[in-house]
Amino acid sequence: MNIVVCVKQVPDTESVIKIKPDGSDIVTDDLKYVMNPYDEYGVEEGLQIKEKLGGEVAILCMGPSRVVETIRTGLAMGADKAVHLDDPAFEGGDAFATAKALAEALKGMEYDLILCGKQAVDDDFSQVGQMLAELLGLPHVSLIQKLEIGDDKKSATVNCQVEGGMAVLDVSLPAVLTTQKGLNEPRYASLPGIMKAKKKPLETKDLAALGLSADNVGCTGSKTMVIKMTPPPERAAGKIIEGEGPEETVPKLVKLLREEAKVV
Amino acid sequence: MANSVWVFAEVKDGKIKKVAYEMLSKGKKMAEKLGGDLSAVLMGHNVESLAEQLGHYGAEKVYLADNELLKDYTSDAYNKVMVDLIKANEPAVVLFGATILGKDLSPRVAASLAVGVAADCTGIGMDDNGKLTATRPMFAGKAFVDLYFSDNKPSIASVRPNALTASPPDESKKAEVVKVDVNISSDDIRTVIKEITKTASERPDLTEAEFIVSGGRGMKGPENFKLLEDLADVLGATVGASRAAVDAGWRPVDDQVGQTGKVVSPNLYIACGISGAIQHLAGMSTSKYIVSINKDSEAPIFQKADYGIVDDLLKVVPVLTEEMKKLKAEG
Repeated sequence: MNIVVCVKQVPDTESVIKIKPDGSDIVTDDLKYVMNPYDEYGVEEGLQIKEKLGGEVAILCMGPSRVVETIRTGLAMGADKAVHLDDPAFEGGDAFATAKALAEALKGMEYDLILCGKQAVDDDFSQVGQMLAELLGLPHVSLIQKLEIGDDKKSATVNCQVEGGMAVLDVSLPAVLTTQKGLNEPRYASLPGIMKAKKKPLETKDLAALGLSADNVGCTGSKTMVIKMTPPPERAAGKIIEGEGPEETVPKLVKLLREEAKVV
Repeated sequence: MANSVWVFAEVKDGKIKKVAYEMLSKGKKMAEKLGGDLSAVLMGHNVESLAEQLGHYGAEKVYLADNELLKDYTSDAYNKVMVDLIKANEPAVVLFGATILGKDLSPRVAASLAVGVAADCTGIGMDDNGKLTATRPMFAGKAFVDLYFSDNKPSIASVRPNALTASPPDESKKAEVVKVDVNISSDDIRTVIKEITKTASERPDLTEAEFIVSGGRGMKGPENFKLLEDLADVLGATVGASRAAVDAGWRPVDDQVGQTGKVVSPNLYIACGISGAIQHLAGMSTSKYIVSINKDSEAPIFQKADYGIVDDLLKVVPVLTEEMKKLKAEG
């Protein structure tokens, strides 16, 4: 089984997000970057399948030179090789432009299975996996919580989240599956893993190497464009309800919820 | 109809989801501005009877795709039917609910048509040039972004449940039902559903709930969540949890609210024993009203809460449940 895991580097979820005065983007100066948490489940699942069935796990990651650190994290966890899509033309892309570049890169890779995090915690698009599947002509299943590869390796059985429950599906392979919390417990990179990662193959591809034009990718290839970014609306300071114990405070709260907020 | 606004009317357990009515109400105004009509797309099996209600909420036309192969959702079947319909009719705007199904289907449809999706929008509108505009959160709500769309049609958005308001239905309004030829065979569907298991809970999903009662580390253990379940029963609420409570194994992963869980916007969010880590606050700060019950008066959650009680939640919540019962009894 050859598995490609698509990985994105994102600001740590601890980050306070500040917006540039002109509203064009966020301030990136002091951000600490990590592997997108949902992608970690993809890397872990890929590694578990490899350990059981053999084959290779490749990391596919797009972004500027800083993302190499995240790629190395994936290699240190145990992935075998990586492809880094690095070109200024890729920057500022929406989900479609991103999926387009990833799909083109995947056409040059061997895979039986593609894993993506269910969404990146920066853009929160939750689209790239599904779009990638469509562009590659593959089936997809989102939000998987369990994965078993069939004996013939031509199909898989997955449990995935549906509204109000769980569905068990058979899906033909190759397919794109999107991963989330609950699928597994991602491992930490070991020290020997980190040492080995430095020697693992990491191929860098630019726009020309993918055979795409700048019109297809990044900002110019995007179908949705940012007008401006704004901070969330400020919430006015609330009221602390004073009183001696719940017998006093709770009726006051209920009265406020009914008469002031009118929500109950 | 190049000026049409379409709403995908998702069916769940034989009912149309409320978010479809919310989108129809907004879509009506958008269609008027565009000078086009408002249509709904209804897919499933034996769902024709649901078309009438879509008319009551303003749909002038309902495209009905009724077929056994559409009984349960599969991305392949729904995608093919939706894409064929869009290609044949060329609407200007297509809206999906940002539900699990809507968020699964809409990107696939968009990629097939080489257009984009504004996902999980908290606001949509139509500018003076007749172009769709959309506002959506990023970083789980730590920032918001206004988007515009390229000229490729249709413009597609998925809209967060509860973000828009449904107008009251008008039972005198009727929609024309257009039956769609469904050109799919089982060979087109590359996923086979073997089983669907429902969680015991009859409560709405957190992302669509109007009321949420949520517990954190201050709950002290899984057994105390019973107190929140009791309160939720009275309110018709869904129970959520902080990451701390989920990572401790007290609650299932599905219940987690926050940047690595679910982003929620209920009318009322009652946070019990949740201190308010930045990731949690991001995930619930678009709630209309927030109540915090926490022993620690310094907890960051009080900065976001409309109403706070500084006290032991184990004492406060049972009293709140009783008071709410009384209130409901009064009507």
